[in-house]
Amino acid sequence: MSRLLLGLHCLLLLGALSSCREEVELFSSDEIDLEKPEETTAYRGFYLLNEGNMGSNKSTLDFYDFDSGTYSRNIYAEVNPDVPKELGDVGNDLQIYGSKLYAVINVSNKIEVMDAQTATRIGQIEIPNCRYIQFEGKYAYVTSYAGPVEINPDYTQRGFVAKVDTATLQVVDECLVGFQPDELAIVDGKIYVANSGGYMGAGSSDNYERTVSVIDMESFTEEKRIDVAANLHRVRADQRGDLWVSSRGDYKELPSRLFFIDSEKQAVTDTLDIPVSSCYLSGDSLYVCSVSWSYITYSNEITYAIVNTKTREVVTRNFITDGTDEEIEIPYGVMVHPVSGDIFLADAGNYVTPGMLYCFERSGKKKWSVRTGDIPAHFALLKKD
Amino acid sequence: MNRKFFSILLLCLWLPVCLVAQSRLDSVQHIQEVLVAAPLATSKAIIPAQQLEGKQLKALNSFSVADAIRYFAGVQIKDYGGVGGLKTVNVRSMGTNHMGVFYDGIQLGNAQNGQIDLGKFSLDNIESISLYNGQKSDIFQPARDYGSSGSIYLKFRRPHFSGQEKEHLKATFRTGSFDLVNPSFLYERKLSEKVNASINAEYIYSSGKYKFRYKRVLPGSNEVAYDTTAIRKNGDIHAFRVESGLYGRTEDGHWEVKTYYYDSERGIPGAIVNNRWMNAQRQWDTNFFVQGGWRKVITDRYDLMLKMKYANDRMRYLNPDTTLMYIDNSFRQQEAYASLAQKYQLTTYWDVSLSTDLQWNWLKSDLEGLVYPTRRSALVALATALDLGPFKSQASVLGTFINENITSVANSDGQAASSAPNKEEITPAIFFSYAPFENHDLTFRAFYKHIFRMPTFNDLYYTDIGNIKLKPEFTHQYNVGFKYAKTMANRSLVHWELQADGYYNEVTNKIVAVPKGSGMYRWMMMNLGRVEIRGLDAVAAATFDLPFEVLLNLKGTYTYQKAQDFTPRKNPDLEKTTWGGQIPYIPWHSGSFIASAGYQSWQLNYSFVYVGERYHNSANIRENYEQPWYTNDVSLLKTVALNDWSLKVALEVNNLLSQDYEVVLNYPMPKRNYKLTLTLEL
Repeated sequence: MSRLLLGLHCLLLLGALSSCREEVELFSSDEIDLEKPEETTAYRGFYLLNEGNMGSNKSTLDFYDFDSGTYSRNIYAEVNPDVPKELGDVGNDLQIYGSKLYAVINVSNKIEVMDAQTATRIGQIEIPNCRYIQFEGKYAYVTSYAGPVEINPDYTQRGFVAKVDTATLQVVDECLVGFQPDELAIVDGKIYVANSGGYMGAGSSDNYERTVSVIDMESFTEEKRIDVAANLHRVRADQRGDLWVSSRGDYKELPSRLFFIDSEKQAVTDTLDIPVSSCYLSGDSLYVCSVSWSYITYSNEITYAIVNTKTREVVTRNFITDGTDEEIEIPYGVMVHPVSGDIFLADAGNYVTPGMLYCFERSGKKKWSVRTGDIPAHFALLKKD
Repeated sequence: MNRKFFSILLLCLWLPVCLVAQSRLDSVQHIQEVLVAAPLATSKAIIPAQQLEGKQLKALNSFSVADAIRYFAGVQIKDYGGVGGLKTVNVRSMGTNHMGVFYDGIQLGNAQNGQIDLGKFSLDNIESISLYNGQKSDIFQPARDYGSSGSIYLKFRRPHFSGQEKEHLKATFRTGSFDLVNPSFLYERKLSEKVNASINAEYIYSSGKYKFRYKRVLPGSNEVAYDTTAIRKNGDIHAFRVESGLYGRTEDGHWEVKTYYYDSERGIPGAIVNNRWMNAQRQWDTNFFVQGGWRKVITDRYDLMLKMKYANDRMRYLNPDTTLMYIDNSFRQQEAYASLAQKYQLTTYWDVSLSTDLQWNWLKSDLEGLVYPTRRSALVALATALDLGPFKSQASVLGTFINENITSVANSDGQAASSAPNKEEITPAIFFSYAPFENHDLTFRAFYKHIFRMPTFNDLYYTDIGNIKLKPEFTHQYNVGFKYAKTMANRSLVHWELQADGYYNEVTNKIVAVPKGSGMYRWMMMNLGRVEIRGLDAVAAATFDLPFEVLLNLKGTYTYQKAQDFTPRKNPDLEKTTWGGQIPYIPWHSGSFIASAGYQSWQLNYSFVYVGERYHNSANIRENYEQPWYTNDVSLLKTVALNDWSLKVALEVNNLLSQDYEVVLNYPMPKRNYKLTLTLEL
């Protein structure tokens, strides 16, 4: 009897020793000192938006300060402690316009609007299934998958572009486009929207969208469609106002490709045999990272290319020159410092655990790397005040 | 090739029966004599199960099988919250797909995703729940019983009539928090001296609504950052279940036939994330199966057991949320199964057995791009058991032969347009037990088992993510342990026991989703993972006979698990973040404690579950840290006799301290809640 009681006491003691539940603390940011960049005149630093896997509510914001070389990880909650459930679920785009920082949080159905210098929350724009954001004048333009539902006879739901007043953060107008519109670019009073049809084509590739919608900004109506290729994703305007559009392909027979739209002719006039996952336009150089699955090797084939947008030629198919490319799992976002030419590359890893941010010299040699949040993806460069 | 293979197997299956039938003719006189006296082979698991049964099971404030299983050592439950929320079990960190769940002796299957939602099985009329690590170390069982890394056996009440009794009636009504309305009804009837029948029906409704709270404080100062309480929505469930059974005895054996029908509609409450506090997804399930078993003593040395099953499951998933991709998919699975187990006694201490199972699985769906796979499995288990008094041993070898076809290709022009190659695996298991003392109930035990789980149909064929090249996912288990029990007469401590096991498990070729290609969260299933698990399970129990006829039962369990992710990564920097990390949701320390005291017609129960700190992914960093949680449940039962009837009233309070916790990230669990149960029995 006494032995048993002793045993029970031990058990209870064990219970007492093992930790008890306490109040859950909000995240405070981590600060990591990294190498300072040489060039710090025009820009203060950049924000990096980590997407977070769907349902995890782990979209987080990091900031790299060029002056101090300090990397601050997961700053949103610390700056804005009173926002329930923090930044949100699946960050999809990040832009700075004027004095404000805009983070498009897809599953949270909102665009978080913050002060660009401090990341202090100003408010939010409510847009369901919002994807990408661009600006012109006093308006923001946001693509969304969630247009009106039609049943004739099957369930269909076109996407739209929302016109948002950046002062009031209210949606003032909407323009219907194709199915599942992704990136958009604004050139000469027109919005070019890459329609993907991503929800439609999963079973049959014929159901992907193939077009770029052209919206006339004055009337805010869809003016025409430009046929490109299946499942469009990126659209960027180069220095001459011409457009670079990427297609994801159908992940089966149709490969991912890069297309050139002549904005005068309003038509595709060139195609580059290069797959595109993420890209960044710096001057006339389009930095392109691509990941495509090979059913032959059962692994991802990755390229890091630079396209000269003037000559429309691939300058290199590997801008990483020191062999680091052999180690990167999933390049998911890229940004280039406009002055120094330093290349910042985000590795999303396995999507469910933290990723890694790399900094390379212009020559493609690694300078440093730092752990990020889950699925680091979107950069926004912050100019000095 | 396959046809030939199956013919050989069929031959294997039936040949011994023919041989025995012949030999029986030769010695028919002798057999006739023995048959009557020959006892049915009883279960001879040399490593006993962890078991919850009878009163102890009723003493837990558990609604479903999943709730009860939390009180076993070595088990982790993933619970998405609420009456209708998904609840899956993981034993010794090897993963849900490595668990076999057996419903009255026959395994429940789900070839599509390999998961059995134990939240769907109510405790109504469950007589016992047993957990075996490795396998039930009994050699007279179907080949499928050798085929999992761990097994849970659910045994249902069957009719027992004493004296002049002809029928039993039991009606139960449960109600309480979450707007629960749960009537159930059981009727048992003696049809003849040898045949009994039972029918059992249950209806469950719950709105699934409960308050949950997210509170965060500022680090250091503990000042409130935010404190939000909301109501969990879309967790409603309507479920109807009806079961019937026929149970027969023959002179030299017994048989039973059971049918099961379950129909439900439920909301999927989903993850709570910023700016999205409710979800709209729905799921409908219809499950039907009929299963039967027959056991016969053929000679005094030879026993035979036949089992068969047919199951038909439908599932519809609907996402009507216009802010997400519209999804309305239906899946239909069928399974046909037959097993013949044979046991032969070579000597009084040495048995051998041969079990042969054949199984077919079909999956159909209206999901675009999904092929319709068919799987044919043949399992042959050869086992032997040695019983040398204090020393007992069992060894088995399981051969698994799998052949798959795709019968239709729906709109697919992709890569999955062919079926996965045939698979043949031979896997062994060996069990020992040793009781050194005649006067002390002390047993040492050990086992080794190597087994695998097949990739599921989803792993192999699901549109875009499926990979037909997947190999099975293997486990190796090494276990040593002991059990000591002592029963004392005329003492207040009537009985106590202690058992503990230490183990090392490896999961290799672990099937993990790997990011694939560009953007949009595309994945590919690959055999990349590797997990090493070092653990300790301990269970202690005691029964006290106290003054004033108070009977007190205590039971405690403790589990230690170090389950490390050793999945190689391409990126050495990233590998550092996950290498050796504790795998998601596995606490280092967990345990449970149950106390129940009975006084005349009263019973008071207390149960406690503790799940220690853990991480929600294998990068064990601050951001992924999850605090411990623990629940205290109390219930009071009173039995009233009214002539032939007995009425039981039970009042339960769960999560007494109203702790706000999550088992799975962003799936908040209920605060304090109540339940009232009335049971009327004839």
